Amino acid sequence: MTDWPVLSAVTFMPLVGVLLLLLTREDSAYGRRNILNVSLLTTIFTFAVSVYIWYQFDSSNPGFQMIEKHEWLGTGISYHLGIDGISMLFVVLSAFLMPFCVLASWLSIEKRLKAYMIAFLVLETFMIGVFVSLDIVLFYVFFEAGLIPMFLIIGVWGGKDRVYASYKFFLYTLLGSVLMLLAIMAMYWQAGTTDITQLLAYNFPRQMQTWLWLAFFASFAVKMPMWPVHTWLPDAHVQAPTAGSVILAGVLLKLGGYGFLRFSLPMFPLASDYFAPFVFTLSVVAIIYTSLVALMQTDIKKLIAYSSVAHMGYVTMGIFAANVQGVQGAIFQMLSHGIVSGALFLCVGVVYDRLHTREIAAYGGLVNNMPKYAVAFMVFTMANVGLPGTSSFVGEVLTLVGAFRANTWVALFATSGVILSAAYALWLYRRVVFGALEKESLKSLLDLSAREKAILYPLVILTIFFGVYPAPIFDATAASVDLLVNNYSAALQAAQNVALSVQ
Amino acid sequence: MDTIIKAIVFLPLIGFLIAGLFGNSIGAKASEYVTSGLMIIAAALSWYVFFDVAMGHQEMIKVSVLRWIQSGTFDVEWAFRVDTLTSVMFVVVNTVSTLVHVYSIGYMHHDPHRPRFFAYLSLFTFAMLMLITSDNLVQMFFGWEGVGLASYLLIGFWYKKPSANAAAMKAFIVNRVGDFGFALGIFLVFVLFGSVNLETIFAAAKTYLPAEGAGAGEAVVTLFGMHLDKADAITAASLLLFMGAMGKSAQFLLHTWLPDAMEGPTPVSALIHAATMVTAGVFLVARMSPLFELSPDALTVVTIIGAITAFFAATVGLVQNDIKRVIAYSTCSQLGYMFVALGVGAYGAAIFHLFTHAFFKALLFLGAGSVIHAVDGEQDMRYMGGLRKHIPVTYWMMFIGTIALTGVGIPGVIGTAGFYSKDAIIESTFASHSVVSGFAFTLLVIAALFTSFYSWRLTFMTFHGKPRASSDVMHHVHESPQVMLVPLYILGVGAIAAGYFFHDHFFGEGYAEFWKGALFTSAENEILHEYHHVPLWVKWSPFCAMALGLFTAWYMYIRRPELPKYLAEQHRGLYQFLLNKWYFDELYDFLFVRPAKWLGTFLWKEGDGRVIDGYGPNGIAARVMNVTDRVVRLQTGYLYHYAFAMLIGIAALVTWMMFRSSF
Repeated sequence: MTDWPVLSAVTFMPLVGVLLLLLTREDSAYGRRNILNVSLLTTIFTFAVSVYIWYQFDSSNPGFQMIEKHEWLGTGISYHLGIDGISMLFVVLSAFLMPFCVLASWLSIEKRLKAYMIAFLVLETFMIGVFVSLDIVLFYVFFEAGLIPMFLIIGVWGGKDRVYASYKFFLYTLLGSVLMLLAIMAMYWQAGTTDITQLLAYNFPRQMQTWLWLAFFASFAVKMPMWPVHTWLPDAHVQAPTAGSVILAGVLLKLGGYGFLRFSLPMFPLASDYFAPFVFTLSVVAIIYTSLVALMQTDIKKLIAYSSVAHMGYVTMGIFAANVQGVQGAIFQMLSHGIVSGALFLCVGVVYDRLHTREIAAYGGLVNNMPKYAVAFMVFTMANVGLPGTSSFVGEVLTLVGAFRANTWVALFATSGVILSAAYALWLYRRVVFGALEKESLKSLLDLSAREKAILYPLVILTIFFGVYPAPIFDATAASVDLLVNNYSAALQAAQNVALSVQ
Repeated sequence: MDTIIKAIVFLPLIGFLIAGLFGNSIGAKASEYVTSGLMIIAAALSWYVFFDVAMGHQEMIKVSVLRWIQSGTFDVEWAFRVDTLTSVMFVVVNTVSTLVHVYSIGYMHHDPHRPRFFAYLSLFTFAMLMLITSDNLVQMFFGWEGVGLASYLLIGFWYKKPSANAAAMKAFIVNRVGDFGFALGIFLVFVLFGSVNLETIFAAAKTYLPAEGAGAGEAVVTLFGMHLDKADAITAASLLLFMGAMGKSAQFLLHTWLPDAMEGPTPVSALIHAATMVTAGVFLVARMSPLFELSPDALTVVTIIGAITAFFAATVGLVQNDIKRVIAYSTCSQLGYMFVALGVGAYGAAIFHLFTHAFFKALLFLGAGSVIHAVDGEQDMRYMGGLRKHIPVTYWMMFIGTIALTGVGIPGVIGTAGFYSKDAIIESTFASHSVVSGFAFTLLVIAALFTSFYSWRLTFMTFHGKPRASSDVMHHVHESPQVMLVPLYILGVGAIAAGYFFHDHFFGEGYAEFWKGALFTSAENEILHEYHHVPLWVKWSPFCAMALGLFTAWYMYIRRPELPKYLAEQHRGLYQFLLNKWYFDELYDFLFVRPAKWLGTFLWKEGDGRVIDGYGPNGIAARVMNVTDRVVRLQTGYLYHYAFAMLIGIAALVTWMMFRSSF
C-alpha cells in the first residue's frame, strides 16, 4: 500500500494547476500558450496519478482501500477518502477525459481562457472528490459544488441560449439536491454518523428506506438524467462548449449512476427492491422515447444528447436488476459511454469549429474531403449503435442479460433500443458524412489536424480495445460488485425471513 | 493445427488492417495484392483443414484466444471451435472470398477507392470467419454484427449515390430487427442453460427435456408474462434465434433489404449477398440443431417461413428487369429452400445446398458483373440482348451457373451441383413427417418451376435475341480480362462437379463419418434414409418443373418475344403486384417508418416541449419569475441564487450537527 495520501493528491492536484494559472497573464499569445500548457500538463499529471492508483489498486479486496481519514470541525463529519472497485475507475475516467477537454478547447475558446481553464480544473477536483469521498457530507459538498463550474462553463462560454440552458440546469438540479440534503440530515439523525462505511453497515427501517430512497432518487435521477427529468440535458449540451459537453456526458451523468450504486442499492436495499419496477419502467420509457426523439433531431448535438439519455436508461436498468451482470454491465456501460459520448461530442466539435453550426442539414458529404474524420466518426457511431467489438456492446449486453434475468419484459423493450439506435445513429452519419459534396461552404474543409488526431485516435483505440478485451475493467470491479450484490440479496433475504417469522 | 486455424481467421484481419490503415500510402496495387495474397493463403489452409477435419478423422478442435466478457456466470472468451460444419463453411467462405478478391482486381479497375474496397472485403471475411468459428453465442453475435457492418459499408461503398446510402442503412436496420430476436434468444439460452458456450449448451440439451410425463409442464422460466415449461422454453429460444436467422438470411418479412443491397458493387453481391453472409442464418440453425431438434414447433415455423420465402421470392423474380435483382431474388428463394431443409430435419441437405449454392450463385453474380462490365454499367436487361457472340466466355459461364441453379440432371444418374442438393431438399421435404411437409413440398416444386423460368428468362433476355442496347454501347462490348474470368472458371467447375463429388458425404452414405456429430439429429429423425424411398413421381417432379420452366421461358422470350408484354397488360394487377415486390416496402414504410418518425416528432415537440418543459421548468420558472419580479427586485444572477441556497443548506447542516454533537 502507498503511504502518501494518493487520493488527496489526485483530487487536489488540479488545484495546484489553478494556483499556477492564477500567476499567468493572458493578454499575449505567449500568455495564452502558457495557460494552455499549464492546464494540459496539470491534467496529464493528474491522469498519471490516477493510472498509478489503478496500478496500485488491489482488485481482490472488495472493500475500501487507500483510506485517508481526518476529523473535521469536531462534528462527526470527517475528511474521509477511499476507493473500491466501483469508484476507482470513475476516478480514472474523470482524470482521463480532462486532457482531451483542454486539447479540444485549444483554439475554440477565444475569450477569458484563463478563467475557463480554472473552471475546468476546479471542476475536475470536484468530480474526483465525489468518487473518493467516504463521508456523505463531503460527498454532498463535492457533488453539488461541481455544478458551479459547470454552470459557469455553460453560462459564460456557451452558445446563443446559454442563459436559458444554464437556468434550466440549475432549476432541475436544485430540486433534487434539496431533497438529498434533507435525506442526509435524516440519515445522520437516525444512524448518528455521516461516515459512508458505517452507513453501509447500518440497517435503516423499511419505512424510512422508502423516503430516503425517494429523496436520493430525486437527485440522482435528475443527474442521470432519467425520463422525464431529462429535458435539461439536450439544452445544456447544445449550449455548452465542446469540452463542457464532453465532461457533462462523460462524467457528470455518471454521478447519478454512481450515487445509485453507492447509496440507493446498498443502503436502502428494501426500498430499491420495492421501487425496481418503477425504475425499470422509467428506464424502458427513456430508451424508447428518447431514441425516437433522437431520430427526429435536426441538431447534431441534441441528437447525441438524446442518445445519451437512452444509453443511461440501460445503466439504470442494469443497476436495479441488482444482479452481477446488471451491475457490472451498468458500470461498464457508464465507463464506455464516458469514452464514446465524449468522443462523439469531440467529433461534433471538430466540424463545429470549422463551420460554426450544428444543423445537420448544413452538412453532407464530409467523407469526400475529410476521410480520416469520417473513419473516426464511423467508429464512434458504431460504438453508439452498440456494435460488438466496441466497448458499448459489452456494457449493453450485460445490462440486458441482467435485466432479462430480473424481468423479461424489461429486456424485451430495452432490446428494441438496438433497432432504434441503429436508425438514428446511421441516419445522422449518412446525412453528415455520406453523400456527394455539394454545399459550397463545405468544399474547403480540411481533414483532421494533428491536434485533432491526438484527441480522436486514442479514443478510437480505447473504444475498440475495451470492446475486445474488457477484462481489466471486470477484474477491477468484480470483487466489489459481488460484495454489493451479495449484501443486497442477503438484506432482501433477511427481510423476508423476518416477515415470515412474524406471520 | 491451432496455428493454422488462427492463421485462417486472422490473415484476412491483417489484410484489412494493412489495406485499411496504409492503403493510401502503399497504393492501390499493393493493397490488392496484399489482401488477395493473404486470402489465397487462407483459402489454401481452409481446404487443408476441410480435408483433415471433414474428410479425415480429426476430432473437433477448440482454440482459445483471449478472455472476453466475464461477469459472474456469464463467461465468454474469444475461442475457435472447428468441426465439420465449420470446416465446410471455411471452404465456402474463403474460396468465394478469394475468388471475389481476385475478380475485383479487374472489376474495380477504374475505381479510385480500391484500397478501401479491398479492406472492406477482407474485414467482411474476417467477421464471417469469426461467426463460423465461434464456440459461443456471443462471439457468434460479434461475427453476426460484424458481417452486418461490412455489408453496410460495402453496400454504401459508392457513398455519393443516395440510393446506395439508403440501401446500406436499410440493410443494417432490417438486420437489426433480426438481431433483436437473436439477442433475446441468447439471453434466454443463458437463463435456461446458465451458459452461452456451445459445448455446455449442447451437453445440457441432450438430457434437457424430461422424459414423458416426468416433471413436464413445470414452469422453468417466465418469458413476457408466459410461464413456460422446458419444452416451450426451448421452442421460445429457438424461435428467437430463428428471428436472427430470418434477418440475416433475408427470409420472408425481413427480406426487404436484400434486393436493395444490390446497390453495392457486384463482387460484393456475389460474396456477401449470395454465397456467404446471407447463409449465416442457415448456419446458425444448423449449428444450433441440438436445440431446434428438441422443438418440433420451432422447426415447423422454420419450414413454413422457408417455404413461403422460396415461393414468394421466386414469384417476384419472374418479372424483375434488373439483372442483379433477379439473381438477388433467386438467392432469397434458394435460402428458403435451405430453411425448409432445416425445418424438416434434413440439416445435411441444407448445408449441402448452402455449399453448392455458394458456387453457382457466386458464379452467376460474377458472371452478371462481367456482363455489366461489358455493357458499360447497364443493369437493365431490357437494354441488353444478343450479347452471346460478343462475350462468349461469360455466356458459357453464366450458362453453367444457370443449369446448376435450375438443377439440370437426370434423377438417379448424374447432374449439376444444384440438381443434387435441391432434389435432396425437395425429396426430404416430401418424406418428412412434419405437419407442413405437403405444403412445403408443393411450394418448393412451384418455386423450382419459377426458378427455371426466371433463370432462363435472364439468360435469353441478356444473351439471346436482338441487341437492344444503343449501338454506341454495343460497339464497346468486350470480354472481361483473364483476372475476372479465371475466378469464373473455378466457380464453374464447382457449380458442375461439387454435387457429384460431395453428395454422398453431405447427405448420403458417408453422412455420419463426414459430420461426426456436428449436426445433431434426434433418435427419431430418420430422414436421411427415408428420403431415398419417396415415390418416383416425387423424384421426377423437380425435373419436370425445371423442364417446364425452361420451355416456357424459351417460348416467351425466344419463340414469341411479344408475349410477355401482352401478358403483363392482360394481368395488370398481378404484374404490378409482383413488380412491386408484393408492396412490402410500401407496407413497411406505412407501418413502421412513418409512425416512428411521427412519434419521434410528437414526443419531442409535445412530450418534451409542451408537457415536460411546459409544466416543469418553464412553468415553474414563469411562476418564479412572477413572484420574484413582484417581491424582490434584487440584481442577483442565477449563480448566486444557487450558491446561496447551497450555502444555507450546508450552514444549516453544520449548525445542526454541531448543535447535536454538543449534547
